[in-house]
Amino acid sequence: MIAASAGNVLVWIVWVVAAFSCLAAGVAVISFSNPFYSALALIGNLASLAVMYLLLSAEFVAAAQVLVYAGAVVVMFLFVIAYVGPRKETPWSGGPSWQTFCAVAAAGALLVEIVVAVGMQANGSLSHETEVGADFGTPAWIGRVFLVDHLLAFEITSVVLLVAAVGGVILGSHTRRVA
Amino acid sequence: MLGPNVAWYVVIAAFLFGIGALGVLIRRNMLVVLLSLELMLNGGNLALIALSRHWHNGAGQIFALTVMAIAASEVCVGLGLVVALNRRNLSLDVDTLSELRG
Repeated sequence: MIAASAGNVLVWIVWVVAAFSCLAAGVAVISFSNPFYSALALIGNLASLAVMYLLLSAEFVAAAQVLVYAGAVVVMFLFVIAYVGPRKETPWSGGPSWQTFCAVAAAGALLVEIVVAVGMQANGSLSHETEVGADFGTPAWIGRVFLVDHLLAFEITSVVLLVAAVGGVILGSHTRRVA
Repeated sequence: MLGPNVAWYVVIAAFLFGIGALGVLIRRNMLVVLLSLELMLNGGNLALIALSRHWHNGAGQIFALTVMAIAASEVCVGLGLVVALNRRNLSLDVDTLSELRG
């Protein structure tokens, strides 16, 4: 009993640290004037999200998150930011304009709407205790669910990735003539 | 389940989505708008995985993996656009990019 409650406290501490660093890194992404620092802050956000995925027993998604996002997407961002050169833009500067005010109001309204909608829909059912089996979220289980139950989604995703790769190459190709 | 229950994770996901939406609305640099879109997608992913754990249903994790692939495609096309704009010496300010005409 004491061991169980000690484990509970430990998980709570890990969760609080991960959630706080996730939100702080998110605020940092939209606040840095240099986009290079924003991309680096996104890595912190992704790492703390991976910790939360591990707490939710989604081991495979946590590993894929680190590999795909931190390993591929953010590196691509950093390359492009280095390619286009420093273009600084200071957010929150020049006093409160009506555009900034409306943006903050719209984002706040969206947040309140999500919280109210989810809270009303869930109606307390999200606070139940649930237990999952030991194989939930493991690569073997994910592979079985993905390739047996959701094979069409898997194949369509591969086509979408191929189309996006071809589009990226065409957009960035040197040989295109400027009309 | 040790630690906080799923409702706490959903609240964090909602805040992450709100921060991303704020970034999309207030920032003018196209690269930072793309980064803020990633924040919004990650908020959605966190909610999907938390609810997948809660309802004991694998479809949420599959959907989250699909969202990751779609995010990679979106970044590929978006950064291709940034490179193409930069090659023509156009500004990356989304307020001045009011038309996609070459």
